[in-house]
Amino acid sequence: MTPPTAMDATSADTTPDAAPRLGPGTSAALPSALVTGVGASGHPGGPVVSTRDASLSFGERVLWSGLNLDIAPGQFVAILGSNGSGKTSLIRVLLGEQPLSSGRAWIAGEPVQRGSTKVGYVPQKVSIDEGTMIKARDLVRMGMDGHRWGMPIGFARSRRAIRRTTDTLLASVGAAGLGDAPVSMLSGGELQRVRVAAALASNPSILLTDEPLAALDLRHQQEVAALLDRRRREHGTAVLFVTHDINAVLGYVDQVLYLAAGRFRLGPPQDVLTSRGLTELYGAPVDVIHARGRIIVVASSDPGAGVHLSDDDHGATDPPMSTTRRFRQ
Amino acid sequence: MSVWDRMFGFENYGELLGLLHNSIFAGALLGLIGGLIGVFVVMRDLTFAVHGVSELSFAGAAFALLVGINVVVGSILGSLTAALLIGVLGVRARERSSFIGVLMPFGLGLGVLFLALYTGRAANKFGLLTGQIVAVNDPQLIWMLCVSAIVLAALAVMWRPLMFATVDPEIAAARGVPVRALAPMFMIVLGLTVAMAVQIVGALLVLALLVTPAAAAMRVTASALWVPVLSVMFGVVSVVGGILLALGGSLPISPYVTTISFFIYVLCRVTGTRRLRRGWSQRVAPSDPATPTDRREPAAV
Repeated sequence: MTPPTAMDATSADTTPDAAPRLGPGTSAALPSALVTGVGASGHPGGPVVSTRDASLSFGERVLWSGLNLDIAPGQFVAILGSNGSGKTSLIRVLLGEQPLSSGRAWIAGEPVQRGSTKVGYVPQKVSIDEGTMIKARDLVRMGMDGHRWGMPIGFARSRRAIRRTTDTLLASVGAAGLGDAPVSMLSGGELQRVRVAAALASNPSILLTDEPLAALDLRHQQEVAALLDRRRREHGTAVLFVTHDINAVLGYVDQVLYLAAGRFRLGPPQDVLTSRGLTELYGAPVDVIHARGRIIVVASSDPGAGVHLSDDDHGATDPPMSTTRRFRQ
Repeated sequence: MSVWDRMFGFENYGELLGLLHNSIFAGALLGLIGGLIGVFVVMRDLTFAVHGVSELSFAGAAFALLVGINVVVGSILGSLTAALLIGVLGVRARERSSFIGVLMPFGLGLGVLFLALYTGRAANKFGLLTGQIVAVNDPQLIWMLCVSAIVLAALAVMWRPLMFATVDPEIAAARGVPVRALAPMFMIVLGLTVAMAVQIVGALLVLALLVTPAAAAMRVTASALWVPVLSVMFGVVSVVGGILLALGGSLPISPYVTTISFFIYVLCRVTGTRRLRRGWSQRVAPSDPATPTDRREPAAV
């Protein structure tokens, strides 16, 4: 048996069906294939993230169910959906901080576990407490070995080696000159780059990012997005990118995972972000408008409610739940 | 006797020094662990907690004095109780502050009650609040050595993950650092340190050793190495210097210690401000991620 490849994921969802792609029969056979096919050492061509029949619910509320993901190395996947649709929860599942209600999930062929070095994480929160006197270089180093017990003391060679590694990491995110600057004195964009460097310090197979652009202005949004794109192209690090506004990364995205109303759609953006597809997903009329190279998702009955054409429009792909609810009344 | 003579006296200094080597040694030890733990106290914003813990430590010590057991043991019990209560009941910063505000006067009140009931030497009473140099006898020194060993060992083991959890709890948790378990563990270590500090500088002035040196160090450097090293140096200089100055006079030790540590802080603050003005975080001009930077600037001073 061969493990599923990324082609399954990208090609399978070109049909407008909003229903989960794989039936229970198919999914039952796949996990064992994955476990045996992808060893602990990682499978060079195998998916870096896989889920089978994964579902998450809190009490009665089902965030998503029947989720079958296969993300190949180097893929850029945007996770979209309204507030409370389970985007951040999916990240937390992959970080091993939130157990699935049912189904299974793997990172690089191994069941998800907390603290995996194969996962890099960039949170939404950018700021670090003011007055935290620690150098950018040391923040990056925490990504390498900050979780280990003991003192961060290295001598001569190991010290130089660590310094070289942190310098390389900082240079790779365009922050070469920032190593000795205290993190509390960095701007939001600079700090987010340093955070990306820290997340890459363990040389992860996948970078989980939870709205990494939300606190940044437009220019820095573009810089950080380009940075993530460059990393996945040059090093094959897959990127899972939770966002409210796909437009900042539209040019880079291979796949979109759209979560809504306990269901999901997965596929290339041009297939998922269609009026018909999202209407089915939401169970309410939704329009996808292409305007000046941007994609705007609005509830059809009340176009004014969702349309904001300003550049800092974080709600652009976020049909307001209030509008959807209004339908049901 | 003039005020000056009461403050400073150097007659028979050598003899006094010989008599008080216990205190000097205990003071240096306290400077060391106070300086180290202060780094986390400042970074975790636990200044007020330190003050709250020290008041309960005072109550414990006063109780020990009243019933005639080892004062160090009493203050350790008091401060551990307070540290654990604060750790468990004050998880969020805002909750914590108000809870400490509730706990602190209660502890201080208890301490005052125990001292009022105590009929022994008056100097003992005053010493618990404002510090004394004659207080450290051999059994107490042994207690303090044991406590210091525990604190140093605990800090050595948890330094790196504790720093990670302090700077960036969210990412640390994602990397498998037991962020939640580290908080009460640190509070225990902090409680032990406070109990020691109360013996030397007194309950009211513990902050001068557990906060001021680290706060001063962080005004002048952000280096992961130099912050703790400077903090320890400032702590040791403050305590040992304070003891040496106080030796010949007839006043409590604490004003000397607090004054030295305060002036170190002022000096560091001035230095740090000048450094900021000269551009502390010098950097290359806004770098473009599309063109990987190989421009390196010499390490900032």
